[in-house]
Amino acid sequence: MKERTGIAYFIHSLWKFRFLTIMLVPTFIVLIVNNYLPMFGVFIAFKNINYIDGILGSPWVGFRNFEFLFTSGSLWRITRNTVLYSLTFMAVNTVLSIAIAVAINELRGRLAKTYQTFLIMPYFLSMIVVSYLVYAFLNPDKGFMNASILEWFGLDRVFWYSEKAYWPYILILVNAWKNVGIGAVIYIAAIAGIDQEYYEAAVLDGASKWKQTLYITLPSIQPIIIILTILSMGSVFNSDFGLFYQVPMDSGALYPVTDTVDTYVYRVLMELNDIGMSSAAALAQSVLGFVLVLLTNSAVRKINPDQALF
Amino acid sequence: MGSPANRRENTISPVANMLLNGMFLILSFLCVIPVVLVIIVSLTHIDTLVTEGYQFIPDKLSWIAYESLFKDYGTIFRAYAISIGITVVGTIASVLLMALYAYPISRQDYPFRTFFTFVLFFTMLFNGGVVSKYIIFTQSLGLLDTYMALVLPLLIVPFNVIIMRTFFQTTIHPALIESARIDGASEFRIFFRIVLPLSLPVMATMALLGTILFWNDWFNSLLFIRTEDKYPLQYLMLRVLNDVQYLRNNVQLAAQNPELMSNLPDESLQMALAVVCMGPILLIYPFFQKYFVKGLTVGAVKG
Repeated sequence: MKERTGIAYFIHSLWKFRFLTIMLVPTFIVLIVNNYLPMFGVFIAFKNINYIDGILGSPWVGFRNFEFLFTSGSLWRITRNTVLYSLTFMAVNTVLSIAIAVAINELRGRLAKTYQTFLIMPYFLSMIVVSYLVYAFLNPDKGFMNASILEWFGLDRVFWYSEKAYWPYILILVNAWKNVGIGAVIYIAAIAGIDQEYYEAAVLDGASKWKQTLYITLPSIQPIIIILTILSMGSVFNSDFGLFYQVPMDSGALYPVTDTVDTYVYRVLMELNDIGMSSAAALAQSVLGFVLVLLTNSAVRKINPDQALF
Repeated sequence: MGSPANRRENTISPVANMLLNGMFLILSFLCVIPVVLVIIVSLTHIDTLVTEGYQFIPDKLSWIAYESLFKDYGTIFRAYAISIGITVVGTIASVLLMALYAYPISRQDYPFRTFFTFVLFFTMLFNGGVVSKYIIFTQSLGLLDTYMALVLPLLIVPFNVIIMRTFFQTTIHPALIESARIDGASEFRIFFRIVLPLSLPVMATMALLGTILFWNDWFNSLLFIRTEDKYPLQYLMLRVLNDVQYLRNNVQLAAQNPELMSNLPDESLQMALAVVCMGPILLIYPFFQKYFVKGLTVGAVKG
């Protein structure tokens, strides 16, 4: 083949690989419509959208939507809730997942697979179904908590959907119930990949199970723990919408402890029809998330360049 | 820990093994117990519900909730059909589209792979947020109240495309593609006749992930669906939990038999709907879990 340069080379390869390009064009169009159009649409956060002028014709208002957001008083509450829940979920789920993975690995016999099947079951249920399960326990009149458990102990009924004090614990519990099992599966796979010779050597030295776990198992899966933790740092400003919206049944009395950025954006957009403020909050969330992912990645690259995403 | 014999085999002592088994029995029990409660409530007779609330061992059982759900061919049946339709069409389209994108960017000789990989990858880093998407979808694209609005957002999962690309790169040897091309096979023929058949495991994993994703989605219905005739199952459930009268008004049985209807407890009806909705997933996931586990662990290792 003759030497080609610049545009000639480009046109040549465009023609030569046209079939490969045709293959990915449909998906490319989906990405443009579904992902890139909304990215360019973020400018609506700087506009005062009204339906008469349309998206492009509405007047620019600079940072006024963000000023409204800052002065609305909700910003501190939704940011605090989102970040604190994210960090708590991360800590609780990681510790429980690893504990379960280590323990299940020690089991003799074939029961381990059966337990695993049960433990990952909640992961396959939608948050809507989960909200039904929670409701079966917390229904104020007939729920299992009020009608049975509290009655056995002779305690008064609790109106769960209006008592905000309990909800941080309920949400942490529901989240752990849904996600710990599937989290454990990843660590089980990681533990299965550890070279058995380390354990054989440890046994010769008389190390107990506890010591083996502490000095072989945990250090061996440490890279995965670090990577998964850092990756979830990137989504610290995001929350599971279903968990915070539908599980508490969008109860107004619970907003102080259940309102996160995602539920706030939804509510302001759909119920108050305030496009300006909701788009400002959503854009702030996207930009913060973007910055966090970049920071996260450079942190990973410092620790272990092989595992950096880019 | 334990006797020297145990130590040599490096297994835990029988007592510790029993304790661990006990712990996992309790954990497994905790995972399924809410589901069991919901199933039992859906079968509880109205008299027991009124006097004792939700019980694991109710005095009187009744099939009335299921009878009314299944006799009514309107609301529930339609929602079920819509959910199945969206799940089937969405999953097939999703797997095909993702594979058609993953294959070209997996080819080392494709000169534009860096560009298209970046286009894909950037969507994992930054997104326009839900408000921008809502405005674009409803104002510019006219997708309000269409099924397209339920399928489109879930079609491409960038992370899964990356997994597929890595699979193609590591499993399909370039020499195989080269020799097929020398034999005169077109790129499409190579893809459909050689690459896809060799990639069935990853396709199965993606199809299962897609099925769960489409079946369990309700957020897009919440944003984009307005007409009651178009509710998928999950969204119908959301409406019913917030307002049980909604279902009652829509069950045709009421008009035909008011006496029967007054014996039909709201809670049983709600919980029966939950059982009907989670049933298919709970029945199939144990048989396919190894594919899920494979997909998950591949993702975790390859990052």
